Amino acid sequence: MNNVLLRLRNISVKFDDETILDDVSLEICDKEFVTLLGPSGCGKTTTLRIIGGFVSPDKGEVWFENGLLNDVPAHKRPVNTIFQKYALFPNLNVYENVAFGLRVKKTPESEIKKTVHDMLSMVNLLGFERRDISTLSGGQQQRVAIARALAVKPRLLLLDEPLGALDLKLRKDMQVELKNIQKRLGITFIYVTHDQEEALSMSDRVVVMNNGVIQQIGTPEDIYNEPENAFVADFIGESNIVDGVMLEDYKAQFSGHTFECLDKGYAPKEQVDVVVRPEDVDIVPVEQGMLKGTVTSVTFKGVHFEIIVDIGGFKWMVQTTDYQPVGANIGLFIEPDAIHIMKKSEYSGMYGDYSSFSEDFDKLSDAEEGSDNA
Amino acid sequence: MKKSGKLLNAIYVVIVLLFLYSPIALLIYRSFDFGSNDVFAAYKEFFRNDVAKSALKNTMVIAVISSCIATVIGTAAAVGISKYKNRKFKQAVMLVTNIPMTSPDIVMAISLVLLFGIVFAIFGVSDYLGFTSLLIAHITFEIPYVILSVLPKINQMDVNLPQAAQDLGCTPFKAFFKVELPAISTGVWTGFFMAFTLSIDDFVISRITAGSYTTLPLLIYSAARKKVPDYIYALSAIIFVVVLVLLIIKNVISSRDTNKKRSVGRAK
Repeated sequence: MNNVLLRLRNISVKFDDETILDDVSLEICDKEFVTLLGPSGCGKTTTLRIIGGFVSPDKGEVWFENGLLNDVPAHKRPVNTIFQKYALFPNLNVYENVAFGLRVKKTPESEIKKTVHDMLSMVNLLGFERRDISTLSGGQQQRVAIARALAVKPRLLLLDEPLGALDLKLRKDMQVELKNIQKRLGITFIYVTHDQEEALSMSDRVVVMNNGVIQQIGTPEDIYNEPENAFVADFIGESNIVDGVMLEDYKAQFSGHTFECLDKGYAPKEQVDVVVRPEDVDIVPVEQGMLKGTVTSVTFKGVHFEIIVDIGGFKWMVQTTDYQPVGANIGLFIEPDAIHIMKKSEYSGMYGDYSSFSEDFDKLSDAEEGSDNA
Repeated sequence: MKKSGKLLNAIYVVIVLLFLYSPIALLIYRSFDFGSNDVFAAYKEFFRNDVAKSALKNTMVIAVISSCIATVIGTAAAVGISKYKNRKFKQAVMLVTNIPMTSPDIVMAISLVLLFGIVFAIFGVSDYLGFTSLLIAHITFEIPYVILSVLPKINQMDVNLPQAAQDLGCTPFKAFFKVELPAISTGVWTGFFMAFTLSIDDFVISRITAGSYTTLPLLIYSAARKKVPDYIYALSAIIFVVVLVLLIIKNVISSRDTNKKRSVGRAK
């Protein structure tokens, strides 16, 4: 990796006795795309605002290269932000919005003209220069916000759920576009989102946060395949998380069966959490199954069926292309590399059982997150 | 049934309008002298009358200066109030600023005179009722109205706007003038026109704090105690039209603003 550009050291923040960030330390390298991912209220936006200079931490240090940023006011930081609702200046047209930062810096008019032209062509908004902000669509406003922030050539760009207000199709397009811009300009991005898919598909590294604490830092593959605890496993994708015991290296026992796995280094008979992703479970005839259970619900998802299987009272989720009717007795087969073992944590037993699983719950909590600014 | 309901509605509206506007219509009719060959006689009489002209000038001077100062102070106060995070404290401050609006003018006037007496005495001024006391009184009762019209605009504004300006290199001070002030400008203008209108037609407070300084409402009052001279009708008609025009300007400003807001909302 490149040299470290930004360093957060033991950052803690409290608002009215409520802990927002608890001892957060993080290093971000030059030209890296890092995503802060977590549910609303996890402290990801506060972290971003601390870097931007809009919140000062109670404890801890913010370093940019070799300079301490703590006492540098927002307008002097070498950092720019794309705000959640864009915060475009409604009294200025598209051109003046993009030129704003350059004018503040007293850039010569000819240079402003060239930069604004370059920026608008980059975000495909040439010809919109004289348009009023209020006449633009959400996606266009988003592009103006990107152009405005990039016009001042920041070393580090902070993005606070920039695609949250766009519809799904537009969001996918903008994800690709943002990633391309980041690569082309070689700018470091710190991206805040609660959308795990967005985080996995765009980032070089993902920082998973919950309750003001960093849960795990790693590449998208690491985070998905080797989650550190039950929270991460559940938040990133779907997971079946069951109690298990490590009998010895490479041997785990759970759900009344002993499985071969690829994990080692645990104490004999250590209690652990076992993660099995729904797409890694194979459905086989009952007599060949390592686990046996009854189908309790089937949902068609387009690419696959989502099947809930009751195995000794614990509900497993299985994603399969083979249709199984409700009530069918089936066997499950799990390969050794599909099993991931985690140490017990404060989140053990809180996630990964699909007994109370309901599509409606999922949607409800998504909507809440979408409307929440934290 | 439906038709008769509609008819009743129409009759009701006509009666209400008649009650509200017949006195003013009569006044405006009376200000023109349709009997003689010079319809504008009353208006000409007004412009020949030096006392009336100086009262008009006084009124305008007080209205312009007081509403400008009240707009600056009130806007600053609204920005200050909006910065408080504590909701209860905010509500308390708002209540305190609203009380002068709801309390009777006469109480406000008497208490101002009392205060002026004490303060001017400290500076050794004995004859203190006049231009200065009137100006201060007008500024005082206008400020709450300015706050009341600016504060909602600040609350509507995207909280990230000033931060976005700072993010792009503005000092907080510069960010206020380049971004925040334009964003709340409609509220500021509305507040200004409201203050201006209130100043023009204030009587109770002016009567008590103006001393010998004469404004139009005071002139009309003293003139109307005897037989009302014709030029007073002309004058009253002028005041009515001026206030009406100010009101229309104010409404156009705020309706334009909501239209703009609506189209932004649609775009999103």
